[in-house]
Parts: sequence; structure tokens; C-alpha cells
Amino acid sequence: MSTTQPRAAAGRGVRTFLAQHRDYVPVMATAVLFALTLEAGNYRYLDFLAGQTIANLFVDNAFLLVIAVGMTFVILTGGIDLSVGAVAALSTMLCATLVEQHGWPPALVIPLVLAAGGLIGGAMGYAIHHFEVQPFIATLAGMFFARGLCYLISTNAIPIDDPVFTTLAQSHVTFPGGVFISWSVVIALAVVAVAFLTLHYTGFGRAVYAVGGNAQSALLMGVPVGRTVIRAYTVSGLCSALGGVLFTLYTLSGYSLHLVGTELDAIAAVVIGGTILAGGSGYVLGTLLGVLVLGVIKTIITFEGTLSSWWTKIAVGTLLFAFVLLQRLMTSRRRA
Amino acid sequence: MSTPQLNPAQPVLRMTGITKEFAGVRALSGVGLDLYPGEVHALMGENGAGKSTLIKVLTGVHEAEAGTVTLDGVPVRFAGPLQAQQAGISTVYQEVNLCPNLSVAENIFLGREPRRLGRIMWSELRRRARDLLSGLDLEIDVRAPLDTLPLALQQMVAIARAVDIRAKVLILDEPTSSLDREEVAQLFTVIRRLRGEGVAILFVTHFLDQVYDVSDRITVLRDGRLVGEYRTARLPQIELVSAMLGQELGELTDRGRGDRERPAGTPFAEAHGLGRKGAIAPFDLAVRPGEVLGLAGLLGAGRSETARLLAGADRADTGRLTVDGRTATLRSPRAASRRGIAFCSENRRREGIIPDLTVRENIVLALQAARGWVRALPARRTEELVTHWISALHIHPADPEAVVRNLSGGNQQKVLLARWLITEPKLLILDEPTRGIDIGAKAEIQRLVASLAADGMAVVYVSAELEEVLSLSDTVAVLRDRELVATLPNTAELTLDRLMETIATGGTH
Repeated sequence: MSTTQPRAAAGRGVRTFLAQHRDYVPVMATAVLFALTLEAGNYRYLDFLAGQTIANLFVDNAFLLVIAVGMTFVILTGGIDLSVGAVAALSTMLCATLVEQHGWPPALVIPLVLAAGGLIGGAMGYAIHHFEVQPFIATLAGMFFARGLCYLISTNAIPIDDPVFTTLAQSHVTFPGGVFISWSVVIALAVVAVAFLTLHYTGFGRAVYAVGGNAQSALLMGVPVGRTVIRAYTVSGLCSALGGVLFTLYTLSGYSLHLVGTELDAIAAVVIGGTILAGGSGYVLGTLLGVLVLGVIKTIITFEGTLSSWWTKIAVGTLLFAFVLLQRLMTSRRRA
Repeated sequence: MSTPQLNPAQPVLRMTGITKEFAGVRALSGVGLDLYPGEVHALMGENGAGKSTLIKVLTGVHEAEAGTVTLDGVPVRFAGPLQAQQAGISTVYQEVNLCPNLSVAENIFLGREPRRLGRIMWSELRRRARDLLSGLDLEIDVRAPLDTLPLALQQMVAIARAVDIRAKVLILDEPTSSLDREEVAQLFTVIRRLRGEGVAILFVTHFLDQVYDVSDRITVLRDGRLVGEYRTARLPQIELVSAMLGQELGELTDRGRGDRERPAGTPFAEAHGLGRKGAIAPFDLAVRPGEVLGLAGLLGAGRSETARLLAGADRADTGRLTVDGRTATLRSPRAASRRGIAFCSENRRREGIIPDLTVRENIVLALQAARGWVRALPARRTEELVTHWISALHIHPADPEAVVRNLSGGNQQKVLLARWLITEPKLLILDEPTRGIDIGAKAEIQRLVASLAADGMAVVYVSAELEEVLSLSDTVAVLRDRELVATLPNTAELTLDRLMETIATGGTH
């Protein structure tokens, strides 16, 4: 018996450490994963770790990052938002049709599009809180609604050659050494920063975590649960719309079939980033890492050249499964 | 205290004629309560008396059909706990109502975080939390996530939160049910200090001793009605109990084990070096048919952990268990149930009843599961069984179709017992079956356990109350710091003092 005691104590030490820092464990796992995927790419391909490859990781995924940040808010409250892809697609359509076909100034169109996204999100949040609709169902309805609106506007792709949009899309921020990023990346990183500050330094942010931890307790502790839920979905709608605007800049077009399935990529990025689907635990920086991991996988498969791009889906699926398993382990440890 | 000094003759809070119905069932009818600054007022009553409902009406969780609430002489009606809290009425609930994922510091200050320019000042927040907790003589890492703390400490964090809100009225809804003796004393120190500062404290508890220890006045409710308001010093305990029960006592005090034959013979279940890392050190224990084996020990001594290993609710990582002489590896409660072992968890809300099902459905659940889903229980047999157990255990309301969510704690516990009893187990493991339920139901459950044992069932009985263990058990297993330290036959020599000494010193040898 006495010989097993030091080992038991050591075990307890590890367990205590994990218990104290368990919120960071999934994020750290994602960081390690990101490093490993980068290293794998570097091992296999020349120039994989070149500055521009990394910069392109951000350029190609800026829109997804913004959408995933919004999704993080919703998942932290214990909800889910399936409408993000459709809302973003609707934003591309609204931008294209209002600017190209109606000749509205972009300075008016973009705020309007953002407001529309926020409104759709807020409406879903309202339904989820006040009518106690399952988030899955409410946002599924929102998804059909937004996607339907796209087709109502036009079934064809609308190319954009408005000077403001094209200038915004083509101008770059260039770093020493010639590595450049688009302005979309700057915007996306700004969104991450604002989201981080909101989640960790404002009452609304903490309420998001509280609601996700235990909504009943949060209510009894005086947290405005309803307002928090509605706001979280509003943030998600707003981020989807902004993601849509960034995607419009990325492709310089509006199209009803843009961004089909993006909601699933966003959810995958959030979960791989270590946010627990049950809510209450996770970080927006993890989401950033999650998006980057997805980006690296896509890049590797592009570099490979001969591989079907559907391998991306298989890789993402496998990772997602691994991370959900990790979450199970974390939560079962929490219960024990 | 920033609270203005009130005329002591003027109640800070007055509730009159409060009436509340749930789906046609009257939970409160015309109840009134006065609360004065600087008093500890105990709210007493059996389960189903309406204490919780009254508190929920007061804090705006429920809206009353009739009646008025005045705070400082002004009529108020709260839309929710937030409003009540802002008006100066804070509540600490029976079950810890905090956010398990947030840190201790954050749980204390959630919604009232110190801010500068709208930004939460974390270092300031943690410093204040540390100050507050050390002011209550608590050493807790304020950065630790709440659910890494034991339940008792979580409860203290909840109280710290309520204390910090600087409430005029502090409602403590059974805060002591999970605290050990020292923690209760600690809590009472805090309560007395707050009383000295002029806070009006409404204290709901089932522990009579605690009421006499700390309260100034007592209000008794029964079946949703006001029985009376008394000065604690002028109300003998026996009269309080009879006011709560609405009947003369006598038999309640006779909870003794009686002169049953001490069970002998081969053990039904026997643990050989059974243990689980981090839960309980390996132990040897045996329970015979007809024997009540009591598990005694302080909070956190490993009582529940031992019961859960015997029941297969947690898996042992060392040792083995023999059932009926054969080695049994219990991988799940289902495996245990097949071998005739039934287990009622201490956490009846989370691991016991299914609140949205009816009494009937809850009762037949385990039996049906044991039969397998293919062989459905015949409707008539179900009816017979359910009716029998409802009346045998005095489940109230005696309606098989009542939804269990709406039953009081004691009646939920009885439903849970009935569920396992109809599977006719050979070993019944009860983890704190009487915690948080009223005296009447408690005595009934104790009598039931004694009669089950008399009929030859082996029972493992876990209780935080040493008196209860002592009065029911044939054998008492004493646990201390997650280790089985002694197994004592319950003879005349085993007194409460001796038992406490064993717990304190860890055995006599």
C-alpha cells in the first residue's frame, strides 16, 4: 500500500493540474495540431512554410474566420447556428444586386447588409428564447429563409465591377519581404480581437459563458439569459453578414450557391478549436487556430495536386471526430 | 452597511395573503410572513408545505395569484430574481445554483464585476474575491473552476456571493444540507455577523438543532397554509415538530433498531480489497441477508464512493466483489441489478428520478429494464404494482399519473425506492435516502428499511447523520479520509460518542 502512495499522489497532481487548466487543454491540443500539420506540409513540400503560403492561409480563410467567430458565441451559449452559410450567401447577393443592378453606393450597402444579417440572427435568437424553439430547428428555418431569399434575388451569379469593391478587393497590406495580405485579413483579425475582448472583458461576454455553463443557475444569479441568447445569435448573424461581405470581396461576385455547407466548416473550426459543443467552455483564439488547421489541410491537399479536394472533407471529419472524443474525455473527467 | 436604520418595529419585508396554484393544485393559500431587520427567521415545514414556493414567489420566480409583498413598506412585485436581487433580496438555494464552468471569483461577482470604462478588471475582481473569502475564513483558490471544488465549498461560494450583494434580506434555502459540522458552525458565524449588521435572514432548514442554534423566530407552514409564527426561545422542540406534522408524536422518537436477531450466515455480498483510485482506498466489507450495514463518516470520507463501488455505479480498479459466493465484476448498475443489487443514488435529481415521467412510469422503469424491452410489463400487473407501492410507501399525491417533477423531495425519494423495491433486490444500497426530506417521510423510510431487513434483505445504508446510522444499522462501517477504518457490530457498547471517537481517531487499535 505504502509503495503506491507516491504514485497516487503524482496522479493526483496531474489530475489537479488538468482540473485547474482543463479549459486550456483543448486549445493547447489544437495549437499542437496546427504545428504538426504545418510541419507535415513542410516535410513534404518545398516552400510550404514560405511567408506567402502562411499569409494565404489567412487570405483564403478570412471570411470563414469571421463566420466561425460568430459561431463561437452561439456554441458557447450551448446553441448552434446552421444559418450562417446561407446568411453569408445572402450578403453576397445583396451586395452584388444593390451595387451592380440598383447602383447604390457601397458605403450604404455594406452597413445595410450587416444590419440585415444581425436582424436575421436576432430574430432567430428571439424565437429560440421566447418560443423555446430548439436552436437547431430555428436556425435551420433561418437557413432555408436566407437561402430562399438568395434565389428570389437571382438564380444567376452577379459579377461585381464596382470600383470601390474592386479596389478594396485588390489592395493589399504588404510586409517587408514582399509578403502581403488582403484587407479582409485585417478585418477578420480585428473581429477576432474584438470578439476576444467582448468575451473576456464585458458583462455580455461573461454572460455568454454563464448561460452555456448552466442557464438555470445563471438566471437565478441575475444574468439576463434571454438578452444574452438573443445577442449571441445577433452577433452570429452579424458575423455571417460580414463574412459574406468578405467573401464578396474574395470572389467579386454574388451567387445563390455561394458558401453552401459553410455552416458545417464553421462548426468544425469551432469544435477543432476546442470549444465544447455543450457550451460554457472555449476560446475565440481556439477558433482562430481551428480555422487555420482547416486551412492548412486544404493547402496540403492543393499542394498534393493529384488528390481529390474531397479528401479535405475526410481529413476534417476525422479531426472533428478526434476532437469530440477529446471533449468527451474532458467532460467525463470533470464529472468524476 | 448602507442600509438605513429602520425602526425595529417596522418589518423590512412583509408578505400577506400569498396564494399560488400549480395546474389546479394549491401550493400556498393565504400565507403571510413578516421579516424584521437584524433577525434570523426560520421557515419550517414538511416537504410540500410550500416553503420553496413561498421563496420563489418572493424572489419573482413565480407570480402569485393573490397576495402582496411589501419591502420597506412599499408594495413590490418582482419580475425575476435579478430584480429581487437589485431591490436587496438575495437567495442562496438548496442546490448550488452557480455556474460550474466559471471560476470561483467570477461566480461571486457575476453580473457585478468591477469595471473601468466598461472593461472587467480581472485582477481587482480576484483580489476582492480573495478578501471576501478570507473574511469568511475560507481558503479557496479563486481562480479554480467552481466544479473542481467539493459541494460544501461550492455552497460557501454561493453564500459568499449572497453576502457580497449587501442584501437587506438574505434567504438561505437549506444551505446546510451538504455541509459538515464545522462548515455549519462557520456559516452560522457569518449569519450572526450579518444579523448584527441589520440584515433580515430567512433561514430554511430541516435540522431542528440548527434552528434552535441560530434563529430568533420560527414560521411554520403545513400543506400550503400558515400554522403559526413563534419565538424560538418560547417554543419547545417537541411542539415545533408537532406543529410541522400536525399530529402528536410519540412514535417518531421510537426509531430504534428494536431487538432483532443479529443476522448471521454467509454474506450476500463481500468486497475483497475493493478500491478505486482517488475515491476510496481498498477495503474489505461484507453484508449478510437481513443485515443493515451503515456507512458512517464525515462529509468527503468516502461514504458515497464505497456505496457506488458496491453498486457497480463506479468501476473498481482494484480488488474484487463476490455476490452469493461468486466473483462478480459489476461493469454497470445494470449488471448489478441482474445480480439482485439495487442502488439509490444520493443525487436523486440527476441520477434517480426522471422528472418528466409520471409516478407510474418512474416506478416500473427498473423492473421493465430488467425484463428487457421485448417483454413488456402487462398493464394490469403494472397497475397492481404501482397502486400497491403508492399506498405502501404513502406516496403523495396517490396518483400514478402525477408527473414526478411536481412531487416534493420526500415523495420523489419514495418513488425511487418503489422503483427498486419492485425488482425485489437481495441487496439494497441507499445513499443518503433521507437527505433533504422532512421528518415524517424520513421516519417512514427508516421504518421501511428496518422491515425490509427483517424480511431478509441485505441493506447498505449511507447517512450523514450518525444518530440515524446508529439507530438503523446492525453493523457500522466507519470511513475516514477515504479509507475504511473500522467495522463495528452495533451492540450496546457502540454509543454515539464511541462512533464519533472512531471517526475522529481512525479506529481503536
